[in-house]
Amino acid sequence: MTVMTPVLEISGLGKTYKSGHVALSAVDLTINKGEIFALLGPNGAGKTTLISIVCGIVTASSGTVTVAGHDHGRDYRAARTMIGLVPQELHTDAFETVMATVSFSRGLFGKPRDPAFIEQLLRDLSLWDKRGSKIMELSGGMKRRVMIAKALSHEPEILFLDEPTAGVDVELRRDMWNMVRSLRERGVTIILTTHYIEEAEEMADRVGVISKGRLILVEEKNALIKKMGRKTLTLNLAEPLGAVPEELAQWKVELAAEGHELVYEFDSQAEATGVPSLLRRMSDLGIQFKDLNTKQSSLEDIFVGLVHESGAAQEQAA
Amino acid sequence: MISNIRGIRAIYLFEMARFGRTFWTSLMLPVITTALYFVVFGSAIGSRMNEVSNVPYGAFIVPGLMMLTMFTESISNSSFGIYMPKWTGTIYEMLSAPMSPLELLIAYVGAAATKSVIIGSIIFATAHLFVDVQVAHPLLMAAFMVLMAVTFCLFGFIIGIWAQSFEQLQVIPMLVIYPLTFLGGAFYSLDMLPAAWRTVTLFNPVVYLISGFRWTFFGQGDVGIGVSMSAVALFLALCLGVIFWMFRTGYRLKN
Repeated sequence: MTVMTPVLEISGLGKTYKSGHVALSAVDLTINKGEIFALLGPNGAGKTTLISIVCGIVTASSGTVTVAGHDHGRDYRAARTMIGLVPQELHTDAFETVMATVSFSRGLFGKPRDPAFIEQLLRDLSLWDKRGSKIMELSGGMKRRVMIAKALSHEPEILFLDEPTAGVDVELRRDMWNMVRSLRERGVTIILTTHYIEEAEEMADRVGVISKGRLILVEEKNALIKKMGRKTLTLNLAEPLGAVPEELAQWKVELAAEGHELVYEFDSQAEATGVPSLLRRMSDLGIQFKDLNTKQSSLEDIFVGLVHESGAAQEQAA
Repeated sequence: MISNIRGIRAIYLFEMARFGRTFWTSLMLPVITTALYFVVFGSAIGSRMNEVSNVPYGAFIVPGLMMLTMFTESISNSSFGIYMPKWTGTIYEMLSAPMSPLELLIAYVGAAATKSVIIGSIIFATAHLFVDVQVAHPLLMAAFMVLMAVTFCLFGFIIGIWAQSFEQLQVIPMLVIYPLTFLGGAFYSLDMLPAAWRTVTLFNPVVYLISGFRWTFFGQGDVGIGVSMSAVALFLALCLGVIFWMFRTGYRLKN
Protein backbone atom coordinates (compact mmCIF):
# COMPACT_ATOMS: atom_id res chain seq x y z
CA MET A 1 0.00 0.00 0.00
CA THR A 2 1.24 3.45 -0.87
CA VAL A 3 -0.22 6.44 0.96
CA MET A 4 -2.74 5.69 3.70
CA THR A 5 -5.86 7.79 3.28
CA PRO A 6 -8.50 7.25 5.93
CA VAL A 7 -11.88 6.59 4.31
CA LEU A 8 -13.83 5.67 7.42
CA GLU A 9 -13.21 7.17 10.84
CA ILE A 10 -15.11 5.90 13.84
CA SER A 11 -14.62 7.68 17.11
CA GLY A 12 -15.95 6.94 20.59
CA LEU A 13 -18.81 4.92 19.16
CA GLY A 14 -21.15 3.42 21.73
CA LYS A 15 -24.51 1.71 21.67
CA THR A 16 -26.68 0.87 24.63
CA TYR A 17 -30.02 -0.74 23.79
CA LYS A 18 -33.19 0.18 25.66
CA SER A 19 -32.96 -3.11 27.53
CA GLY A 20 -29.74 -1.79 29.06
CA HIS A 21 -27.60 -4.15 27.01
CA VAL A 22 -24.33 -2.48 26.05
CA ALA A 23 -23.63 -3.64 22.51
CA LEU A 24 -20.69 -1.32 21.84
CA SER A 25 -18.59 0.87 24.05
CA ALA A 26 -16.14 3.56 23.00
CA VAL A 27 -15.01 2.04 19.72
CA ASP A 28 -12.32 3.96 17.83
CA LEU A 29 -11.36 2.67 14.42
CA THR A 30 -9.86 4.12 11.26
CA ILE A 31 -10.14 2.27 7.97
CA ASN A 32 -7.84 3.24 5.12
CA LYS A 33 -8.83 3.53 1.51
CA GLY A 34 -8.44 0.35 -0.47
CA GLU A 35 -7.72 -1.98 2.40
CA ILE A 36 -9.45 -5.18 3.38
CA PHE A 37 -10.29 -5.10 7.04
CA ALA A 38 -11.53 -8.15 8.89
CA LEU A 39 -13.55 -7.76 12.04
CA LEU A 40 -13.36 -10.86 14.16
CA GLY A 41 -15.32 -11.70 17.23
CA PRO A 42 -17.61 -14.28 18.75
CA ASN A 43 -21.38 -14.14 18.22
CA GLY A 44 -22.97 -11.21 20.00
CA ALA A 45 -19.69 -9.32 20.29
CA GLY A 46 -21.08 -6.26 18.50
CA LYS A 47 -19.84 -6.77 14.93
CA THR A 48 -23.24 -6.40 13.30
CA THR A 49 -24.19 -3.48 15.57
CA LEU A 50 -21.03 -1.67 14.50
CA ILE A 51 -21.79 -2.20 10.81
CA SER A 52 -25.44 -1.28 11.27
CA ILE A 53 -24.55 2.02 12.88
CA VAL A 54 -22.13 2.96 10.12
CA CYS A 55 -24.74 2.08 7.48
CA GLY A 56 -27.51 4.08 9.17
CA ILE A 57 -29.71 1.18 10.26
CA VAL A 58 -29.08 1.55 13.98
CA THR A 59 -28.72 4.87 15.79
CA ALA A 60 -25.60 5.23 17.91
CA SER A 61 -25.86 6.23 21.57
CA SER A 62 -22.60 8.13 21.40
CA GLY A 63 -19.65 8.85 19.16
CA THR A 64 -19.15 9.92 15.56
CA VAL A 65 -18.70 8.23 12.19
CA THR A 66 -17.10 10.03 9.28
CA VAL A 67 -17.09 8.61 5.76
CA ALA A 68 -14.47 10.26 3.53
CA GLY A 69 -14.86 13.44 5.54
CA HIS A 70 -18.68 13.33 5.57
CA ASP A 71 -20.34 13.05 8.97
CA HIS A 72 -22.74 10.14 8.65
CA GLY A 73 -25.44 11.99 10.55
CA ARG A 74 -25.36 15.53 9.24
CA ASP A 75 -24.12 14.68 5.76
CA TYR A 76 -25.79 11.28 5.48
CA ARG A 77 -26.49 11.43 1.76
CA ALA A 78 -22.85 11.80 0.75
CA ALA A 79 -21.80 9.26 3.38
CA ARG A 80 -24.37 6.60 2.49
CA THR A 81 -23.91 6.94 -1.26
CA MET A 82 -20.36 5.68 -0.78
CA ILE A 83 -21.38 2.59 1.17
CA GLY A 84 -22.71 -0.76 0.07
CA LEU A 85 -23.95 -3.33 2.58
CA VAL A 86 -24.42 -7.06 2.30
CA PRO A 87 -26.23 -8.03 5.50
CA GLN A 88 -25.87 -11.36 7.17
CA GLU A 89 -29.48 -12.43 6.68
CA LEU A 90 -30.99 -13.03 3.26
CA HIS A 91 -33.57 -10.25 3.18
CA THR A 92 -35.19 -10.26 -0.26
CA ASP A 93 -38.42 -9.41 -2.01
CA ALA A 94 -39.65 -12.86 -2.95
CA PHE A 95 -41.80 -11.79 -5.89
CA GLU A 96 -39.31 -9.50 -7.60
CA THR A 97 -37.06 -10.62 -10.44
CA VAL A 98 -33.28 -10.49 -10.04
CA MET A 99 -33.01 -7.74 -12.65
CA ALA A 100 -35.78 -5.64 -11.08
CA THR A 101 -34.43 -5.86 -7.56
CA VAL A 102 -30.86 -4.98 -8.54
CA SER A 103 -32.03 -2.05 -10.69
CA PHE A 104 -34.24 -0.94 -7.79
CA SER A 105 -31.24 -0.77 -5.46
CA ARG A 106 -29.32 1.38 -7.92
CA GLY A 107 -32.24 3.81 -8.16
CA LEU A 108 -32.68 3.87 -4.40
CA PHE A 109 -29.12 5.15 -4.05
CA GLY A 110 -29.85 7.90 -6.55
CA LYS A 111 -27.79 6.59 -9.46
CA PRO A 112 -29.02 6.96 -13.06
CA ARG A 113 -29.99 3.80 -14.91
CA ASP A 114 -27.04 1.98 -16.47
CA PRO A 115 -28.13 -1.29 -18.11
CA ALA A 116 -24.59 -2.06 -19.31
CA PHE A 117 -23.20 -1.80 -15.79
CA ILE A 118 -25.97 -3.93 -14.31
CA GLU A 119 -25.44 -6.55 -17.00
CA GLN A 120 -21.72 -6.73 -16.25
CA LEU A 121 -22.42 -6.94 -12.53
CA LEU A 122 -24.88 -9.79 -12.97
CA ARG A 123 -22.46 -11.59 -15.29
CA ASP A 124 -19.62 -11.23 -12.79
CA LEU A 125 -21.80 -12.82 -10.13
CA SER A 126 -23.09 -15.59 -12.46
CA LEU A 127 -26.60 -14.16 -12.18
CA TRP A 128 -27.13 -13.08 -15.76
CA ASP A 129 -28.91 -16.30 -16.76
CA LYS A 130 -31.23 -15.86 -13.79
CA ARG A 131 -32.02 -12.20 -14.41
CA GLY A 132 -35.66 -12.94 -15.21
CA SER A 133 -36.21 -15.36 -12.32
CA LYS A 134 -38.18 -14.41 -9.26
CA ILE A 135 -36.00 -14.35 -6.16
CA MET A 136 -38.20 -16.92 -4.41
CA GLU A 137 -37.22 -19.43 -7.11
CA LEU A 138 -33.51 -19.11 -6.34
CA SER A 139 -31.35 -21.27 -4.09
CA GLY A 140 -29.84 -19.82 -0.93
CA GLY A 141 -26.45 -19.37 -2.60
CA MET A 142 -28.03 -17.54 -5.53
CA LYS A 143 -29.94 -15.29 -3.15
CA ARG A 144 -26.63 -14.45 -1.50
CA ARG A 145 -25.28 -13.44 -4.90
CA VAL A 146 -28.33 -11.24 -5.42
CA MET A 147 -27.65 -9.52 -2.10
CA ILE A 148 -24.11 -8.81 -3.24
CA ALA A 149 -25.30 -7.52 -6.61
CA LYS A 150 -27.73 -5.18 -4.82
CA ALA A 151 -24.96 -3.86 -2.58
CA LEU A 152 -22.68 -3.23 -5.57
CA SER A 153 -25.38 -1.84 -7.86
CA HIS A 154 -24.63 1.78 -6.98
CA GLU A 155 -20.84 1.40 -7.31
CA PRO A 156 -19.97 1.97 -3.65
CA GLU A 157 -16.44 2.82 -2.56
CA ILE A 158 -16.80 0.99 0.73
CA LEU A 159 -18.33 -2.46 0.90
CA PHE A 160 -19.49 -4.08 4.12
CA LEU A 161 -19.78 -7.85 4.08
CA ASP A 162 -21.43 -9.16 7.23
CA GLU A 163 -20.56 -12.86 7.58
CA PRO A 164 -20.45 -13.22 3.80
CA THR A 165 -19.55 -16.88 3.71
CA ALA A 166 -21.76 -18.20 6.50
CA GLY A 167 -23.70 -21.15 5.11
CA VAL A 168 -22.28 -20.74 1.63
CA ASP A 169 -20.98 -23.58 -0.55
CA VAL A 170 -17.35 -23.93 -1.59
CA GLU A 171 -17.88 -22.64 -5.11
CA LEU A 172 -19.63 -19.47 -4.02
CA ARG A 173 -17.02 -18.90 -1.36
CA ARG A 174 -14.28 -19.09 -3.96
CA ASP A 175 -16.20 -16.77 -6.31
CA MET A 176 -16.78 -14.37 -3.47
CA TRP A 177 -13.11 -14.13 -2.63
CA ASN A 178 -12.22 -13.64 -6.28
CA MET A 179 -14.74 -10.84 -6.36
CA VAL A 180 -13.29 -9.28 -3.21
CA ARG A 181 -9.84 -9.35 -4.79
CA SER A 182 -11.00 -7.72 -8.01
CA LEU A 183 -12.93 -5.07 -6.08
CA ARG A 184 -9.82 -4.28 -4.13
CA GLU A 185 -7.90 -3.88 -7.36
CA ARG A 186 -10.44 -1.24 -8.33
CA GLY A 187 -9.75 0.58 -5.07
CA VAL A 188 -12.85 -0.47 -3.17
CA THR A 189 -12.41 -0.63 0.58
CA ILE A 190 -13.79 -3.82 2.09
CA ILE A 191 -14.80 -4.42 5.67
CA LEU A 192 -15.92 -7.91 6.49
CA THR A 193 -16.91 -9.83 9.53
CA THR A 194 -16.28 -13.49 9.70
CA HIS A 195 -15.67 -16.27 12.07
CA TYR A 196 -13.88 -18.32 9.45
CA ILE A 197 -10.57 -17.14 10.72
CA GLU A 198 -8.60 -18.69 7.88
CA GLU A 199 -10.41 -16.29 5.56
CA ALA A 200 -9.29 -13.27 7.51
CA GLU A 201 -5.83 -14.80 7.56
CA GLU A 202 -5.84 -15.25 3.80
CA MET A 203 -7.58 -12.06 2.68
CA ALA A 204 -7.30 -9.26 5.19
CA ASP A 205 -4.65 -6.56 5.39
CA ARG A 206 -5.62 -5.70 8.92
CA VAL A 207 -7.57 -7.44 11.61
CA GLY A 208 -9.69 -6.06 14.42
CA VAL A 209 -10.87 -8.19 17.29
CA ILE A 210 -14.08 -7.25 19.02
CA SER A 211 -15.29 -8.82 22.22
CA LYS A 212 -18.24 -7.82 24.39
CA GLY A 213 -18.66 -4.54 22.55
CA ARG A 214 -15.03 -3.50 22.89
CA LEU A 215 -12.52 -3.34 20.11
CA ILE A 216 -9.70 -5.03 21.95
CA LEU A 217 -7.14 -5.05 19.18
CA VAL A 218 -6.44 -3.63 15.73
CA GLU A 219 -3.28 -4.77 14.01
CA GLU A 220 -1.69 -5.48 10.66
CA LYS A 221 -2.43 -9.11 10.17
CA ASN A 222 1.17 -10.14 9.56
CA ALA A 223 2.45 -8.08 12.43
CA LEU A 224 -0.18 -9.59 14.64
CA ILE A 225 0.82 -13.10 13.80
CA LYS A 226 4.46 -12.21 14.25
CA LYS A 227 3.99 -10.29 17.45
CA MET A 228 1.57 -12.57 19.14
CA GLY A 229 2.83 -15.64 17.41
CA ARG A 230 3.98 -18.33 19.75
CA LYS A 231 5.68 -21.42 18.49
CA THR A 232 5.47 -24.89 19.79
CA LEU A 233 8.36 -27.31 19.60
CA THR A 234 7.40 -30.95 19.77
CA LEU A 235 10.08 -33.59 20.29
CA ASN A 236 9.31 -37.25 19.62
CA LEU A 237 11.32 -39.11 22.19
CA ALA A 238 13.18 -42.34 21.50
CA GLU A 239 12.20 -43.67 24.96
CA PRO A 240 9.05 -42.55 26.78
CA LEU A 241 9.53 -40.56 29.98
CA GLY A 242 7.50 -41.11 33.11
CA ALA A 243 7.90 -37.55 34.34
CA VAL A 244 9.63 -34.35 33.31
CA PRO A 245 13.19 -34.49 34.71
CA GLU A 246 13.85 -31.77 37.28
CA GLU A 247 16.78 -30.51 35.23
CA LEU A 248 14.34 -29.44 32.48
CA ALA A 249 11.89 -27.72 34.84
CA GLN A 250 13.15 -24.20 33.99
CA TRP A 251 11.84 -24.56 30.37
CA LYS A 252 8.36 -25.47 31.62
CA VAL A 253 8.18 -28.37 29.18
CA GLU A 254 5.28 -30.77 29.24
CA LEU A 255 4.90 -34.41 28.39
CA ALA A 256 2.34 -35.52 25.83
CA ALA A 257 1.29 -38.74 24.10
CA GLU A 258 1.88 -40.84 27.23
CA GLY A 259 5.42 -39.65 27.67
CA HIS A 260 6.44 -40.14 24.04
CA GLU A 261 6.48 -36.42 23.31
CA LEU A 262 8.05 -33.44 24.97
CA VAL A 263 6.30 -30.16 24.21
CA TYR A 264 7.95 -26.77 24.62
CA GLU A 265 6.14 -23.52 23.89
CA PHE A 266 8.24 -20.43 23.17
CA ASP A 267 8.09 -16.91 21.81
CA SER A 268 9.63 -16.97 18.33
CA GLN A 269 10.37 -13.21 18.50
CA ALA A 270 12.33 -13.36 21.76
CA GLU A 271 16.12 -12.97 21.65
CA ALA A 272 16.62 -16.16 23.56
CA THR A 273 14.05 -18.70 22.52
CA GLY A 274 15.50 -21.26 24.85
CA VAL A 275 15.52 -23.91 22.13
CA PRO A 276 19.29 -24.47 21.75
CA SER A 277 19.88 -24.60 25.50
CA LEU A 278 17.01 -27.03 25.97
CA LEU A 279 18.40 -29.34 23.31
CA ARG A 280 21.90 -29.13 24.81
CA ARG A 281 20.63 -29.96 28.28
CA MET A 282 18.64 -32.89 26.93
CA SER A 283 21.69 -34.26 25.23
CA ASP A 284 23.63 -33.84 28.51
CA LEU A 285 20.92 -35.85 30.23
CA GLY A 286 21.01 -38.49 27.52
CA ILE A 287 17.38 -37.97 26.48
CA GLN A 288 17.28 -38.83 22.80
CA PHE A 289 14.64 -37.86 20.24
CA LYS A 290 13.71 -39.34 16.87
CA ASP A 291 12.08 -36.32 15.33
CA LEU A 292 11.05 -32.75 16.02
CA ASN A 293 8.72 -30.15 14.59
CA THR A 294 7.77 -26.56 15.32
CA LYS A 295 4.39 -25.00 14.71
CA GLN A 296 3.48 -21.33 14.39
CA SER A 297 0.22 -20.45 16.14
CA SER A 298 -2.54 -19.37 13.76
CA LEU A 299 -4.72 -16.31 13.91
CA GLU A 300 -7.38 -18.52 15.39
CA ASP A 301 -5.22 -19.47 18.36
CA ILE A 302 -4.37 -15.82 18.88
CA PHE A 303 -7.99 -14.82 18.59
CA VAL A 304 -9.26 -17.37 21.07
CA GLY A 305 -6.51 -16.39 23.48
CA LEU A 306 -7.35 -12.70 23.20
CA VAL A 307 -11.06 -13.12 23.69
CA HIS A 308 -10.49 -15.28 26.74
CA GLU A 309 -8.03 -12.80 28.20
CA SER A 310 -10.37 -9.85 27.69
CA GLY A 311 -13.27 -11.80 29.15
CA ALA A 312 -11.26 -12.66 32.22
CA ALA A 313 -10.08 -9.05 32.60
CA GLN A 314 -13.61 -7.73 32.44
CA GLU A 315 -14.82 -10.24 34.98
CA GLN A 316 -12.03 -9.23 37.33
CA ALA A 317 -12.91 -5.56 36.88
CA ALA A 318 -16.56 -6.23 37.60
CA MET B 1 -34.91 17.81 2.00
CA ILE B 2 -35.87 16.35 -1.36
CA SER B 3 -33.00 15.61 -3.68
CA ASN B 4 -32.98 11.88 -4.34
CA ILE B 5 -35.70 11.91 -7.00
CA ARG B 6 -34.42 8.62 -8.45
CA GLY B 7 -34.79 6.98 -5.07
CA ILE B 8 -38.38 8.22 -4.75
CA ARG B 9 -39.13 6.95 -8.24
CA ALA B 10 -37.57 3.55 -7.48
CA ILE B 11 -39.80 2.97 -4.45
CA TYR B 12 -42.88 4.47 -6.13
CA LEU B 13 -42.52 2.19 -9.16
CA PHE B 14 -41.75 -0.79 -6.92
CA GLU B 15 -44.99 -0.19 -5.02
CA MET B 16 -46.99 0.37 -8.20
CA ALA B 17 -45.58 -2.89 -9.60
CA ARG B 18 -46.73 -4.62 -6.43
CA PHE B 19 -50.26 -3.31 -7.04
CA GLY B 20 -49.90 -4.31 -10.68
CA ARG B 21 -49.35 -7.93 -9.71
CA THR B 22 -52.80 -7.97 -8.14
CA PHE B 23 -54.24 -5.66 -10.77
CA TRP B 24 -57.40 -7.63 -11.58
CA THR B 25 -58.32 -8.29 -7.96
CA SER B 26 -57.67 -4.65 -7.12
CA LEU B 27 -59.84 -3.60 -10.05
CA MET B 28 -62.65 -6.09 -9.74
CA LEU B 29 -63.10 -5.80 -5.99
CA PRO B 30 -64.35 -2.18 -5.95
CA VAL B 31 -66.45 -2.76 -9.07
CA ILE B 32 -68.20 -5.76 -7.55
CA THR B 33 -68.61 -4.14 -4.11
CA THR B 34 -70.08 -1.02 -5.68
CA ALA B 35 -72.45 -3.07 -7.80
CA LEU B 36 -73.57 -5.01 -4.71
CA TYR B 37 -74.19 -1.83 -2.71
CA PHE B 38 -76.24 -0.41 -5.53
CA VAL B 39 -78.29 -3.55 -5.89
CA VAL B 40 -79.02 -3.63 -2.16
CA PHE B 41 -79.17 0.05 -1.16
CA GLY B 42 -79.88 1.63 -4.50
CA SER B 43 -82.46 -0.66 -6.02
CA ALA B 44 -83.91 -2.86 -3.28
CA ILE B 45 -84.08 -0.33 -0.45
CA GLY B 46 -83.55 2.92 -2.33
CA SER B 47 -86.67 2.43 -4.44
CA ARG B 48 -88.74 2.61 -1.27
CA MET B 49 -86.93 5.68 0.00
CA ASN B 50 -87.65 9.27 -0.72
CA GLU B 51 -85.10 11.73 -1.85
CA VAL B 52 -82.57 12.77 0.74
CA SER B 53 -82.28 16.57 0.79
CA ASN B 54 -83.63 16.75 -2.75
CA VAL B 55 -81.10 14.20 -4.04
CA PRO B 56 -82.29 10.76 -5.22
CA TYR B 57 -81.10 8.15 -2.72
CA GLY B 58 -79.11 6.20 -5.31
CA ALA B 59 -77.02 9.26 -6.15
CA PHE B 60 -76.86 10.32 -2.51
CA ILE B 61 -74.85 7.25 -1.45
CA VAL B 62 -72.19 7.60 -4.17
CA PRO B 63 -69.82 9.94 -2.25
CA GLY B 64 -70.19 7.86 0.94
CA LEU B 65 -69.51 4.66 -0.93
CA MET B 66 -66.39 6.12 -2.54
CA MET B 67 -65.10 7.35 0.80
CA LEU B 68 -65.84 4.07 2.58
CA THR B 69 -63.75 2.08 0.11
CA MET B 70 -61.05 4.72 -0.25
CA PHE B 71 -60.54 5.01 3.53
CA THR B 72 -60.05 1.29 4.02
CA GLU B 73 -58.02 0.81 0.83
CA SER B 74 -55.76 3.77 1.62
CA ILE B 75 -55.02 2.51 5.09
CA SER B 76 -54.46 -1.11 4.14
CA ASN B 77 -52.33 -0.37 1.06
CA SER B 78 -50.18 2.18 2.75
CA SER B 79 -49.71 0.24 5.99
CA PHE B 80 -48.91 -2.94 4.07
CA GLY B 81 -46.41 -1.06 1.89
CA ILE B 82 -44.21 -0.02 4.81
CA TYR B 83 -44.94 -3.06 6.98
CA MET B 84 -43.75 -5.61 4.41
CA PRO B 85 -40.12 -4.38 4.26
CA LYS B 86 -40.10 -4.39 8.05
CA TRP B 87 -41.45 -7.92 8.09
CA THR B 88 -39.17 -9.36 5.38
CA GLY B 89 -36.18 -7.37 6.61
CA THR B 90 -35.62 -5.53 3.31
CA ILE B 91 -36.12 -2.27 5.24
CA TYR B 92 -32.36 -2.39 5.85
CA GLU B 93 -31.87 -1.17 2.31
CA MET B 94 -34.21 1.83 2.64
CA LEU B 95 -32.55 2.82 5.92
CA SER B 96 -29.04 2.53 4.51
CA ALA B 97 -29.92 4.42 1.31
CA PRO B 98 -29.30 8.15 0.91
CA MET B 99 -33.01 8.86 1.33
CA SER B 100 -34.47 11.45 3.68
CA PRO B 101 -37.51 10.46 5.75
CA LEU B 102 -39.59 12.88 3.68
CA GLU B 103 -38.50 11.15 0.47
CA LEU B 104 -39.45 7.75 1.86
CA LEU B 105 -42.82 9.16 2.89
CA ILE B 106 -43.49 10.73 -0.51
CA ALA B 107 -42.65 7.48 -2.28
CA TYR B 108 -44.72 5.12 -0.13
CA VAL B 109 -47.68 7.43 0.52
CA GLY B 110 -47.62 8.69 -3.06
CA ALA B 111 -47.91 5.18 -4.46
CA ALA B 112 -50.64 4.12 -2.05
CA ALA B 113 -52.61 7.33 -2.64
CA THR B 114 -52.34 6.85 -6.41
CA LYS B 115 -53.93 3.45 -6.06
CA SER B 116 -56.68 4.83 -3.83
CA VAL B 117 -57.53 7.58 -6.31
CA ILE B 118 -57.66 5.01 -9.10
CA ILE B 119 -60.02 2.84 -7.05
CA GLY B 120 -62.17 5.86 -6.13
CA SER B 121 -62.43 6.76 -9.80
CA ILE B 122 -63.42 3.20 -10.70
CA ILE B 123 -66.22 3.30 -8.13
CA PHE B 124 -67.33 6.65 -9.48
CA ALA B 125 -67.41 5.25 -13.02
CA THR B 126 -69.22 2.09 -11.90
CA ALA B 127 -71.82 4.17 -10.06
CA HIS B 128 -72.65 5.87 -13.34
CA LEU B 129 -73.83 2.51 -14.67
CA PHE B 130 -76.54 2.46 -11.99
CA VAL B 131 -77.49 6.04 -11.27
CA ASP B 132 -77.24 9.48 -12.70
CA VAL B 133 -74.80 11.47 -10.56
CA GLN B 134 -74.12 15.12 -11.19
CA VAL B 135 -71.08 16.70 -9.59
CA ALA B 136 -71.59 20.33 -8.65
CA HIS B 137 -67.93 21.16 -8.07
CA PRO B 138 -65.80 18.72 -10.15
CA LEU B 139 -62.44 20.36 -9.39
CA LEU B 140 -63.10 20.53 -5.68
CA MET B 141 -64.38 16.97 -5.77
CA ALA B 142 -61.16 15.75 -7.42
CA ALA B 143 -59.05 17.77 -4.99
CA PHE B 144 -60.99 16.41 -2.02
CA MET B 145 -60.53 12.86 -3.27
CA VAL B 146 -56.77 13.28 -3.58
CA LEU B 147 -56.57 14.98 -0.19
CA MET B 148 -58.53 12.19 1.47
CA ALA B 149 -56.40 9.53 -0.21
CA VAL B 150 -53.19 11.22 0.93
CA THR B 151 -54.44 11.79 4.48
CA PHE B 152 -55.60 8.22 4.99
CA CYS B 153 -52.44 6.85 3.37
CA LEU B 154 -50.44 8.89 5.89
CA PHE B 155 -52.59 7.36 8.61
CA GLY B 156 -51.95 3.92 7.12
CA PHE B 157 -48.21 4.64 7.05
CA ILE B 158 -48.33 5.32 10.80
CA ILE B 159 -50.16 2.05 11.39
CA GLY B 160 -47.66 0.19 9.21
CA ILE B 161 -44.76 1.49 11.27
CA TRP B 162 -46.57 0.90 14.56
CA ALA B 163 -47.79 -2.62 13.77
CA GLN B 164 -45.70 -5.56 14.91
CA SER B 165 -47.94 -8.27 13.49
CA PHE B 166 -50.33 -8.78 10.60
CA GLU B 167 -53.17 -8.79 13.10
CA GLN B 168 -52.32 -5.31 14.36
CA LEU B 169 -52.17 -4.22 10.74
CA GLN B 170 -55.82 -5.21 10.26
CA VAL B 171 -57.21 -4.02 13.59
CA ILE B 172 -57.49 -0.28 12.97
CA PRO B 173 -59.02 -0.33 9.47
CA MET B 174 -61.46 -3.13 10.28
CA LEU B 175 -62.44 -2.31 13.84
CA VAL B 176 -62.18 1.47 13.88
CA ILE B 177 -62.33 3.06 10.45
CA TYR B 178 -64.93 0.81 8.84
CA PRO B 179 -67.54 1.23 11.63
CA LEU B 180 -66.84 4.94 11.98
CA THR B 181 -67.36 5.39 8.25
CA PHE B 182 -70.46 3.24 8.20
CA LEU B 183 -71.90 5.25 11.09
CA GLY B 184 -70.48 8.50 9.71
CA GLY B 185 -73.29 9.08 7.27
CA ALA B 186 -71.96 7.11 4.32
CA PHE B 187 -75.46 5.88 3.55
CA TYR B 188 -77.73 8.37 5.30
CA SER B 189 -78.06 11.99 6.15
CA LEU B 190 -77.70 13.00 9.78
CA ASP B 191 -81.12 14.64 9.51
CA MET B 192 -82.60 11.17 9.34
CA LEU B 193 -81.36 10.36 12.86
CA PRO B 194 -83.18 11.14 16.13
CA ALA B 195 -81.79 14.29 17.76
CA ALA B 196 -79.92 12.42 20.51
CA TRP B 197 -78.08 10.15 18.07
CA ARG B 198 -77.28 13.08 15.87
CA THR B 199 -75.38 14.68 18.73
CA VAL B 200 -73.48 11.47 19.38
CA THR B 201 -72.65 11.16 15.69
CA LEU B 202 -71.14 14.62 15.65
CA PHE B 203 -68.27 13.22 17.76
CA ASN B 204 -67.40 10.90 14.89
CA PRO B 205 -64.67 12.69 12.94
CA VAL B 206 -65.47 10.77 9.76
CA VAL B 207 -68.84 12.56 9.56
CA TYR B 208 -67.06 15.79 8.65
CA LEU B 209 -64.99 14.12 5.97
CA ILE B 210 -67.93 12.42 4.24
CA SER B 211 -70.07 15.50 4.58
CA GLY B 212 -67.39 17.60 2.89
CA PHE B 213 -67.07 15.17 0.02
CA ARG B 214 -70.84 15.08 -0.41
CA TRP B 215 -70.83 18.87 -0.47
CA THR B 216 -68.58 18.82 -3.56
CA PHE B 217 -71.19 16.64 -5.28
CA PHE B 218 -74.46 18.27 -4.28
CA GLY B 219 -73.49 21.64 -2.84
CA GLN B 220 -74.86 20.61 0.55
CA GLY B 221 -73.74 18.45 3.47
CA ASP B 222 -74.51 17.66 7.07
CA VAL B 223 -72.11 20.36 8.17
CA GLY B 224 -70.74 23.41 6.37
CA ILE B 225 -67.86 22.93 3.89
CA GLY B 226 -65.66 25.17 6.04
CA VAL B 227 -66.09 22.88 9.03
CA SER B 228 -65.32 19.87 6.82
CA MET B 229 -62.18 21.44 5.41
CA SER B 230 -60.98 22.32 8.91
CA ALA B 231 -61.52 18.71 9.99
CA VAL B 232 -59.52 17.45 7.00
CA ALA B 233 -56.71 19.92 7.70
CA LEU B 234 -56.66 18.89 11.35
CA PHE B 235 -56.48 15.19 10.57
CA LEU B 236 -53.76 15.78 7.97
CA ALA B 237 -51.73 17.88 10.39
CA LEU B 238 -52.13 15.25 13.10
CA CYS B 239 -50.86 12.47 10.84
CA LEU B 240 -47.92 14.55 9.65
CA GLY B 241 -47.08 15.43 13.25
CA VAL B 242 -47.03 11.79 14.34
CA ILE B 243 -44.92 10.78 11.33
CA PHE B 244 -42.49 13.62 12.00
CA TRP B 245 -42.12 12.37 15.58
CA MET B 246 -41.67 8.76 14.39
CA PHE B 247 -38.88 9.70 12.01
CA ARG B 248 -37.17 11.90 14.58
CA THR B 249 -37.10 9.20 17.21
CA GLY B 250 -36.64 6.31 14.80
CA TYR B 251 -39.75 4.77 16.42
CA ARG B 252 -39.96 1.06 15.50
CA LEU B 253 -37.80 1.72 12.46
CA LYS B 254 -34.38 2.00 14.03
CA ASN B 255 -33.02 0.68 17.29
